[in-house]
Amino acid sequence: MTSPLPLSSPAISPIFGRLSLDALPLHELPVLVAFAGVAVGGIALLAIITYFKAWGMLWRDWFTSVDHKKIGIMYIILGLVMFVRGFSDALMMRAQQAMAFNGNPGYLPPDHYNQIFTAHGVIMIFFVAMPLVAGLMNFVVPLQIGARDVSFPYLNNFSFWMTTAGAVITMISLFVGNYARTGWLAMPPLSGIAASPDVGVDYYIWGLQIAGVGTLLSGVNLIATIVKMRAPGMTLMKMPVFVWTSLCTNTLIVAAFPVLTAVLALLSLDRYVGMQFFTNGLGGNPMMYVNLIWIWGHPEVYILILPAFGVFSEVVATFASKRLFGYTSMVYATIVITILAYLVWLHHFFTMGSGASVNSFFAITTMIISIPTGAKIFNWLFTMYHGRIRYELPMMWTIAFMLTFVIGGMTGVLLAVPPADFVLHNSLFLVAHFHNVIIGGVVFGMFAGINYWWPKAFGFKLDRVWGKRQFWLWVLGFWFAFAPVYALGLMGVTRRLSQFDDASLQPYFLVAGFGALLILAGTGAMFVQFYVSFRNREALRDVTGDPWDGRTLEWSTSSPPPDYNFAFTPVVYDNDAWWDMKRRGYVRPTTGFRKIHMPKNTGTGVILAGLSVAFGFGMIWYMWWLAVVSLVGIFAVAIGHSFNYKRDFYIPVEDVIRTEDERTRLLAGEGVSA
Amino acid sequence: MSAQTFEATANGETPLFYEVEEHHHPEGSSTMLGFWMYLMSDCLIFAILFACYAVLGHSYGGGEGPKQLFELPLVALNTAMLLFSSLTYGFAMLTMERPGASVRAVQGWLIVTGLFGLAFLCIELYEFSNLIHEGAGPWRSAFLSSFFTLVGTHGLHVTVGLIWLVTLVAQIGMHGLGQANRRRLMCLSMFWHFLDVIWIGVFTIVYLMGVLG
Repeated sequence: MTSPLPLSSPAISPIFGRLSLDALPLHELPVLVAFAGVAVGGIALLAIITYFKAWGMLWRDWFTSVDHKKIGIMYIILGLVMFVRGFSDALMMRAQQAMAFNGNPGYLPPDHYNQIFTAHGVIMIFFVAMPLVAGLMNFVVPLQIGARDVSFPYLNNFSFWMTTAGAVITMISLFVGNYARTGWLAMPPLSGIAASPDVGVDYYIWGLQIAGVGTLLSGVNLIATIVKMRAPGMTLMKMPVFVWTSLCTNTLIVAAFPVLTAVLALLSLDRYVGMQFFTNGLGGNPMMYVNLIWIWGHPEVYILILPAFGVFSEVVATFASKRLFGYTSMVYATIVITILAYLVWLHHFFTMGSGASVNSFFAITTMIISIPTGAKIFNWLFTMYHGRIRYELPMMWTIAFMLTFVIGGMTGVLLAVPPADFVLHNSLFLVAHFHNVIIGGVVFGMFAGINYWWPKAFGFKLDRVWGKRQFWLWVLGFWFAFAPVYALGLMGVTRRLSQFDDASLQPYFLVAGFGALLILAGTGAMFVQFYVSFRNREALRDVTGDPWDGRTLEWSTSSPPPDYNFAFTPVVYDNDAWWDMKRRGYVRPTTGFRKIHMPKNTGTGVILAGLSVAFGFGMIWYMWWLAVVSLVGIFAVAIGHSFNYKRDFYIPVEDVIRTEDERTRLLAGEGVSA
Repeated sequence: MSAQTFEATANGETPLFYEVEEHHHPEGSSTMLGFWMYLMSDCLIFAILFACYAVLGHSYGGGEGPKQLFELPLVALNTAMLLFSSLTYGFAMLTMERPGASVRAVQGWLIVTGLFGLAFLCIELYEFSNLIHEGAGPWRSAFLSSFFTLVGTHGLHVTVGLIWLVTLVAQIGMHGLGQANRRRLMCLSMFWHFLDVIWIGVFTIVYLMGVLG
């Protein structure tokens, strides 16, 4: 008996696998328009880069860079680019749901609609939120701990490119073939080969598997960095809270992502080899997939929110000009959340029927999580109390977060009650709840972080006027978009529907659609803010390196920081190390510089990620030769790279002196004592 | 600590806020920690596969179970191969630690290790092909799916370990037993023994408990 799957049926060409011209969306107008847009935009971008002869610069200074700051910025660019895609999906769904009443089928066929809600979820979590979070951690953590780079700089570059490779595979599905119609967690048996025989689920699997390699290695890297590379004197309880939340987030990554890798591998084995893990026949158990994917999935939401909590902690202390209230409780709250993150996964499927005792256990652990989270909220509030609060953009986002997130947290506790969950499971109430915490928590946190650390990354502040426009449009847009969704959920409307019979629901969807348009305008305002700030960068310039009167070490060096971050490694005596230095008359050294040991750039990460895209594409389309060739290529390049023993160099002391003298001159011009 | 800090302020003294000497992180000082974390994440993958085997291990789908399918003598031989390979890897590491260690001797022990590993893989493939031949392929039942996946994933790790081992034999031939190569040998050592530990679990839970239990 051989495998029952048609992996080598006559319909599968030895060269092109199951890929044929039919896979191109030549007959679907919306996709064709999207394709034309992306193609024209892409060609224009390539033309501009070629026109300015920027390829060499991009390759040398960015793509092959092992500098954690540049990798962090590239992650954030990836996240913002993918946000445009994920948000376009959201707008399309909002438009469809606003019009599909009274027998009007709307403009999206159901098959297409199903792909859109799947892609929206996958892209927003894996290729928007994750890169934004990883980008901030990469940029900020080494600076905050007084290090010159991460523990494994080459691995860092490789991780970024693997994440990008996953995003590329997911984007290819828009134009070649199709994407999964299963929802963002691809539950079997729907995602099995019998119900989803074409390439959609395979795009899903390989996009996530390849990106997952990057995420896991980046997690290992940042933990090692935080454990091993802290400046002398920075004991664990003197680390900035953002470093703490990063440490916990990366611990969650290392402990959760292998589960995702394993469960997707098992699903692939079902699909490719005809195994029986999650099938309905011969002993398979689909509920096991649901358990496993949520054992990863629940920690994942804390992976996203903890760094945002870290950002808010930094922002509140800085803009209240006070030491963070309850530092120790903040650290322990973070650790408790990290541990509890593993003990709540079953609340995603109370309706599975595990019985009252199991459901009660997971309901109670879920409710307990709100205690450390509540402690954090109070710590931020008490930090603000009697502080001299400056309402700069990051602080505004923080306040909007506190107001919005508390509501999302309360609806979460409500959903944690199993009897309530039996009514609300898979309803729009749930959809509103998780958008409430992810937009109100993670997205607002990332906006706070981008506005806060932008001057550190580029040496000029972001424009306040456009930033405020973005702020109000987003915050109001969020409530217009999701308050009606809460109401609809309470009325019993289930999620993922593309058409409705009950015309009385339409006004709610129209309001939600209006909210989405406000968010669209807010997003536009953000990009305008970037452009306007870049144009006015001379007026917005900050030469001190410390535009907010900051408290942690990243503000002690120049903006943007030199390649080596710190000419001399800082010595830390206090939680708010830079605040302590300023208060106690720290004098910046202007002589005695030395050459600095740094890692060399390498193109291996880009090449490996490119080969991974080819490998994934070969597997998705059953082009076995391509998969084999690229897999052999991956091994060959990785082994070849290991034969390179000369991976570091010294920045000559003359360069260090030149850089530092320039900073001395700028600081003197600013009237700041050197 | 912080009490002292505040005192220092009161006295108006400014402590030194930076290191005058070059701050040196010895090359590879984080590698062991990083590699440990990678191993633990890998361990989680095996934990999931063991869990799946625990859940599905009795779902025979009307087909045969471990008592009919597994041959303990063959598995015992296989286990011996892997345990011997761990032992000889240990000898390679002991040889490396000796002052004035010879590259040849280390390479020799590594090659012996590799041969044991190869023997292990061959026996495993022989077992797999027998099972498939008997109509007990991984698609036959959930029990066999989880069996092939757990044991096969371990075998895949051993294969990668062998490729790595060959690479290292070449690299210590070219560059000797410098610090970088010692570190790499150490990482592979951890990887190899880790696979041994996993195999003990497989041997016990899948084979012994399956056939004797």
